[in-house]
Amino acid sequence: MAADGTIAGLLRRLDAREVSAVELTRAALDRIAKANGTLNAFISVDETAALAQARAADDARAKGEAGPLAGIPIAHKDVLMTAGLPTTCGSRMLANFVAPYDAHVVAGLKRAGAVLVGKTNMDEFAMGSSNETSFFGPVRNPWDPGRVPGGSSGGSAAAVAARLVAGATGTDTGGSIRQPAALTGICGLKPTYGLCSRYGLVAYASSLDTPGPFARTALDCALMLDAMAGHDPRDSTSIDRPKESYHRALATPPADPAQPLAGLRVGLPEQYFGDGIDGEVAAAVAAALETLRRLGATTVPVSLPAVRLSIPVYYVIAPAEASSNLSRFDGVRYGHRAAAYDDLRDMYRRTRAEGFGAEVKRRILIGTYVLSHGYYDAYYLKAQQVRRLIADDFRRALATCDVIAGPTTPTPAFPLGDKTDDPVQMYLNDIFTVAANLTGLPAMSMPCGFTRDGLPVGLQLHAAHFGEARLLEVAHRYQQATDWHQRVPPGAE
Amino acid sequence: MGEWEVVIGLETHAQLSTVSKIFSGASTAFGAAPNTQAAAVDIALPGVLPVLNRGAVERAIRFGLAVGATIAPRSVFARKNYFYPDLPKGYQISQFEIPVVQGGTIPIVSPTRGEIAVRLTRAHLEEDAGKSLHEDFHGMTGIDLNRAGTPLLEIVSEPDLRSAAEAVAYAKALHGLVRWIGICDGNMQEGSFRCDANVSVRRPGAPLGTRCEIKNLNSFRFLERAIEYEVRRQVELIEDGGTVRQETRLYDPDRNQTRAMRSKEDAQDYRYFPDPDLPPLVIDRAWVERVAAGLPELPSAMKARFEARYALPAYDATMLTQSREMGAWFEDAVRAFGGEAKTVANWMLGEVSAALNRAEIDVGAAPVGPAALAGLLKRIADGTISTKIAKEVFDAMWAGEATGDGAADAIIDRRGLRQISDEGAIEKLVDDVLAANAAIVAEFRAGKEKAFNSLVGKAMAASKGKANPAQVNAILKRKLGA
Repeated sequence: MAADGTIAGLLRRLDAREVSAVELTRAALDRIAKANGTLNAFISVDETAALAQARAADDARAKGEAGPLAGIPIAHKDVLMTAGLPTTCGSRMLANFVAPYDAHVVAGLKRAGAVLVGKTNMDEFAMGSSNETSFFGPVRNPWDPGRVPGGSSGGSAAAVAARLVAGATGTDTGGSIRQPAALTGICGLKPTYGLCSRYGLVAYASSLDTPGPFARTALDCALMLDAMAGHDPRDSTSIDRPKESYHRALATPPADPAQPLAGLRVGLPEQYFGDGIDGEVAAAVAAALETLRRLGATTVPVSLPAVRLSIPVYYVIAPAEASSNLSRFDGVRYGHRAAAYDDLRDMYRRTRAEGFGAEVKRRILIGTYVLSHGYYDAYYLKAQQVRRLIADDFRRALATCDVIAGPTTPTPAFPLGDKTDDPVQMYLNDIFTVAANLTGLPAMSMPCGFTRDGLPVGLQLHAAHFGEARLLEVAHRYQQATDWHQRVPPGAE
Repeated sequence: MGEWEVVIGLETHAQLSTVSKIFSGASTAFGAAPNTQAAAVDIALPGVLPVLNRGAVERAIRFGLAVGATIAPRSVFARKNYFYPDLPKGYQISQFEIPVVQGGTIPIVSPTRGEIAVRLTRAHLEEDAGKSLHEDFHGMTGIDLNRAGTPLLEIVSEPDLRSAAEAVAYAKALHGLVRWIGICDGNMQEGSFRCDANVSVRRPGAPLGTRCEIKNLNSFRFLERAIEYEVRRQVELIEDGGTVRQETRLYDPDRNQTRAMRSKEDAQDYRYFPDPDLPPLVIDRAWVERVAAGLPELPSAMKARFEARYALPAYDATMLTQSREMGAWFEDAVRAFGGEAKTVANWMLGEVSAALNRAEIDVGAAPVGPAALAGLLKRIADGTISTKIAKEVFDAMWAGEATGDGAADAIIDRRGLRQISDEGAIEKLVDDVLAANAAIVAEFRAGKEKAFNSLVGKAMAASKGKANPAQVNAILKRKLGA
C-alpha cells in the first residue's frame, strides 16, 4: 500500500485512475491472507464476493456513477448482519449462521460503493474488552502480538491498524469501538445513540449498542459516518433529523490556520485525571492537550461526580438487557442446538451451555439476577436512576465547554491472558468509555502518542448529542498538526 | 352447604383487527399454511427490531373511549421473559406498569342483580405467541409462528362478578362491544376472543378467598361451565376442611372439569423490564380526539335513545343493542313498518331471535330482512292475518318461500291465509259448528263456561285459523245469548 492508504487518499487515487478497485481489493485480500494467521482479525473473508463488488465499483466509476466510497475495501464487525455471509457474533452459537439480510449500516456502506472483504473477529456477542472471549480465538495487537487489541471490536481495530483495510465498522456498547481504537492507535467514533440505526446489529444491550466507524483518520471516519448515519424507520430508537455531511464539514478551512481550534473550550473532568492512570498514558494525554491549546483551544476544569458509578451502573444495565436479548438463542429456530437431549428443558440447557462462552454466561446470569423479582428495584431501577445522574453531570459540564477530553483507557494494551481471570479488572479498562453509552453522547478516540514500548495511547473526546461534526473537526485539526496516526505497526506495509 | 359468595374477575384477550402484526409487517390473516406469515421480526432473527403498528394503538384508544377509561398519555412496553418454543424472542412484548387504557366500565344486565357496571382495571397492548403443534410430529413438536406477533388487547376486569351467569353476561357484553367498535372480529373458534377467569369463593362479608385462574376459555358455554365446576370444587374443598391453593387451572370440556396446571410456587419470574427497543408510547390529545370523532354511537347511547325515542322498556332496549347490526336492523324495521316500535321489538326479541339462535347466525345473515318483517307486521296491523297466522308466514319467509319486501303478501296469497272478516261467512261457520256440536252447546247452557272456549276453538279450526277471532267470539256470544 502506498504511503497514504487512508480512505480519502485511496479515493483520490481511484478517481485519478491510478489504481482500480479490483487492485485495491486484491491487495487487501493478499494482506489479510498474510497477516491473519498472526492477528486472527478476520473470522471470514469472501474473496469472490469482494472482487465482484470491486468490479462493480470500477464499472460505476467508469460510467461516472461511483458512490462516495466506491471501491474502498472495508470490513464489518461480525455482529452486523451481512446478507449471504456468515454472521457469527464470535460465538459457537452462530458459528454456522448465514445472515439473510443486511444491517442498516451495512446497506448504507454498500450503497456508497464500499467493498466488503470480510467479517472481523470480536468478543463473543460483543462482551469483552480484550477480544479474548471469541469462540474463534483471540485477536492480537498489531503493535505487539503478545498483547490484546482491546474489545469487543478487536478484529476491526486490528485490521485497520495493521493496514489490512482502510476502514471498518464496529459497535460500541461500553467502549467497544473507542477502547480498541486507543489500544491499536487508530480513530474510532461512537456516534450519538440513535444516529446510526441498530437494525441488523445483533443486540447485546439495546439501550447502549451503537454502530460506528474505525479508520486511521478523522476525515476517514467522517467519510464512513456519512454512509452509516441516517434515519431508519425499522429502528424505533433511530432519530429522524436532517442528514449532515461530516466529511464536507471538514473541508472548510479554519479562519485562522495557525489557530484552527480558536474558541474551542475543552473540558477536563477531574475524575478523568486522577489515580489509577498509567503514567505514560497520562503523559501522552497531557501532551495532546498541550497541542490542542497550541492550536487555539482553551481548557477548562469540569466535574463529573457521578461518573465514578459508571462501571457498576453499566454492569447492571448491560447484562440485564443482554439476558433478555440473548434469550432468542434457544436452539429452536436457528443457530447451535445440542445434538442430544432428554426433553425441552434439557435441550435449552445443553444448547445454551454449549453455545455460549463463559463471559456471555456470566453476564446472562448477572442480568437475570438483577431483573428478578425482589431485586429489580435495588439493581435495575437504581442503576437507571444513577444513569440519569451521570447524564445530568455531562449536561452540566457540556454547558461550560464544547468537548470533554481525557484518556480513552487507563492503560495501554495489556498482555493476552493478563485479566482473563479477573473480570472486574477487565471491566475497569472501560472506566472512561462507558459513560458515553449510558448518556448516549457521541465520543471518539484518536491516537495521541506512544509508550516507550511502542504501544499506542488514545485521547478520548466527548461532545453534546449530535456533536459528531465537532468531534471530527477537533480530531481532524489535531491530526493535521500531528503524525501519530501515520505511525505504522511493525510488519505492516 | 351454607351460603357462599362467588367472586370472579376476567382477563380477556381480544385479537385486534389490524391487517398486519403489532411489531412487523406480516399479515394477521387466519388459516395460512404454517410459518408463511412470519416475518424476520416474528421469527426473531438476530438483529431485527420491533416497530409499533399505530393501527393497534388506535384500536386500543377506541376501546378506552368506548368504556369511559383514561387513555394514558404515556404508556410503556415491557418485556415479559420466559422460554417456550413458540415464543421466538424468549420474551413477549407487553405492557406492565403503565398500560395504555386505565379504568373504565362495562354495563351488564345481571340475572340476579339487574343492571350493574363492571369496573375494568386496565387494558393493555401485547403480542400473541406462536403455536406449538404436538400432533403429527412423531414425538416431536412443530412450531407455527403465523400467530406470533398478532396484536392483542388484554382487558382486565375488577373482581366485580358474582356468578358464572354474570361472568357470561360480562363476556358477552365485552364481546359485543369490541365488535361494535370494530376492533376485533370476535371469532371465538379462531381464538380472536378468549377469556381467563379468576375465581374464588368466600362467606359473605369475609375477605377475598384464594383464587384460581382458569386459562383460555374460548366459548361462553365453556366459560360458564368451567366457573360452575370451579366454584363447586372450591366450596367442596373448603367444606371438607381443605384450603384452596392459588394456582392456574385448565378446563377440560370433555370431562367438564378443571385441573391444576401449575401452582403459585412454580409460577415463573417474568423479569419484566421496559423494552429498550421501543420508546414510551405517547398519545396526544389530538390523536384521542381524532379517534373519538370516528367512533360510532356506542351501545349505552343507543340504548338510551331507544328507550326515549321508541318508548321501549329498558330490557328491550338492552337486548336490541347487543350489536350494532341488531340496533340498525331494528331501526330499519321500525322505519319500514311505520307502526308501534314495541311490536317490532317484540318480534325481534321473540320470533327473530329464536330463529337466529336455532340457525346460529347473526342478524346480518338472517334470511328475513327488516323490510320483509315490516311487511309482515303491516298485515297483522291491518287485520289481514292474525298473529298466529303471522308466525306461520314468518317461518315460511325464513325458509325462503318468498323473499323481498313483499314476501309476506306473497305467502299469504299463495297459501290463502287472508283472515276471514266477512260477517256472513263467519256466521255461517258458527252456525255449522253449533249444529254439529249440540252436546257442547248443552254443556254451555248447563253453566259450563269452558265449553264456550271449546266452541271458539272448533270454529277457528273449521276456518283453518283464518277467521277473525274477535268476530267469532262476538257472533258465538250473540247466538248463544251469552
